[in-house]
Amino acid sequence: MYNFEYRKAGSVDEAAGIVGSDEDAKLLAGGMTYIPTLKQRLASPTTVVDLNGVGGLDGISADGNGVTIGAMVRHAAVAASADVAAAIPALADLASHIGDPQVRNRGTLGGSIANNDPAADYPAALVGLGATVQTNKRAIAADDFFTGLFETALDQDEVVTSVSFPRAGKAAYMKFPNPASRYAIAGVFVAQAADGVRVAVTGAGPCVFRVGEMEAALAANWSADAVAGIGIPADGLNEDIHASAEYRAHLVTVMAKRAVAKAG
Amino acid sequence: MTVSVSLTVNGEAVSADVEPRTLLVQMLRENLDLTGTHVGCDTSQCGACVVHVDGESVKACTVLAVQAEGADVKTIEGVADGDTLHPMQQAFHENHGLQCGFCTPGMIMSALDLVKNNPAPSEKEIREWLEGNLCRCTGYHNIVKSIDAGAAAMRG
Ligand SMILES: Cc1cc2nc3c(=O)[nH]c(=O)nc-3n(C[C@H](O)[C@H](O)[C@H](O)COP(=O)(O)OP(=O)(O)OC[C@H]3O[C@@H](n4cnc5c(N)ncnc54)[C@H](O)[C@@H]3O)c2cc1C
Ligand code: FES
Ligand code: FES
Repeated sequence: MYNFEYRKAGSVDEAAGIVGSDEDAKLLAGGMTYIPTLKQRLASPTTVVDLNGVGGLDGISADGNGVTIGAMVRHAAVAASADVAAAIPALADLASHIGDPQVRNRGTLGGSIANNDPAADYPAALVGLGATVQTNKRAIAADDFFTGLFETALDQDEVVTSVSFPRAGKAAYMKFPNPASRYAIAGVFVAQAADGVRVAVTGAGPCVFRVGEMEAALAANWSADAVAGIGIPADGLNEDIHASAEYRAHLVTVMAKRAVAKAG
Repeated sequence: MTVSVSLTVNGEAVSADVEPRTLLVQMLRENLDLTGTHVGCDTSQCGACVVHVDGESVKACTVLAVQAEGADVKTIEGVADGDTLHPMQQAFHENHGLQCGFCTPGMIMSALDLVKNNPAPSEKEIREWLEGNLCRCTGYHNIVKSIDAGAAAMRG
């Protein structure tokens, strides 16, 4: 690991100020992605700004509209939250299958979405539920937040502070996990979301995406059969040692069927 | 440039001067001579380095030492009661839960975190919990048996 200066931020504004004035400074949340990146010398920040200890980022609150989860809330806390389980059980279920227990004890919601790994689970929940990302500067709709491979709408001086997930009718997430890391080779979140049926796919492409044809089919007939015959083109999907683009395309339909069946 | 870190390790107040880039596992092994915590990978996947920070299991290779300022850390060296093995350690011994032993400290620290929240885990729950702990020797079967027996012994 290259050396860097370590600063523990006292507030969101302080953290935003440091990364805003130095493009080689980087925020640190759970470290489950960023510390391995540092260890492999894939990054050489001047300053690492630790968000652990910044007040006000680790709460979960529920109301009639849905749940709001702070950026520093660990995956394990989302999985264990009675509020999340009551409002949106599919979200607690998704969090409980991220990585392994030690990753879930450290990794955070804010870190996961800011990183926007193509195989991460949370992006599917945000887009599948039509969530809103709150930052120190503005609110960003999930549909506009994830912009490409490891790319988001966040500015250099922008810190995610929370995400609001609206309540949904039936909803579920199914992934075909990579057997080593548990990242999604393909994962599909289906929901009778606040603004209509949503089907969000992670793992399969460079960035989370929606499948309009499946959404229309499920809006007309909420059943696994409704999506069984809908395939997505393999063109442009991810291809690696774990799965070809064609296999991922196939998995999307299978996971969509299983997710609808799981949602009931 | 080094930073001084003060924390509690296995009930004792300790401090060390480390670089910001020093990992918690490095500080434990190299500054504090607690070499029971192992390093098995570079990718945060093997769990050989699992310790408890403020009561929760974490991968010590994926936490900076400076982040442990003020924390209460427990390593495998802090598990036994003097010369008397902890029931979970004894269970690994009795159930042949290790071969080379490289993964064992991480397995035991992870198992203790499981049992803390779930005193009577099923075989399935034990296997799922071990997702972050790799063993290249045993095939896991006797590790699962050991944790089951250790949990039973801890329930008394
Ligand atoms: C073995 C292993 C298995 C894993 N398996 C899965 C899996 O199955 N599914 C899955 O989804 N993920 C998985 N992960 C990734 C894990 O969920 C990470 O926790 C997550 O991707 C990053 O979150 P973090 O809090 O650790 O962020 P960090 O690693 O600390 O940061 C990641 C990036 O986000 C930025 N950032 C962090 N917080 C903020 C914020 N509030 N505002 C703006 N930018 C911010 C950082 O600057 C950095 O660029 C796995 C990781 C490991 C090591
Ligand atoms: S050494 Fe920490 S997970 Fe492998
Ligand atoms: S006993 Fe050798 S790696 Fe587990």
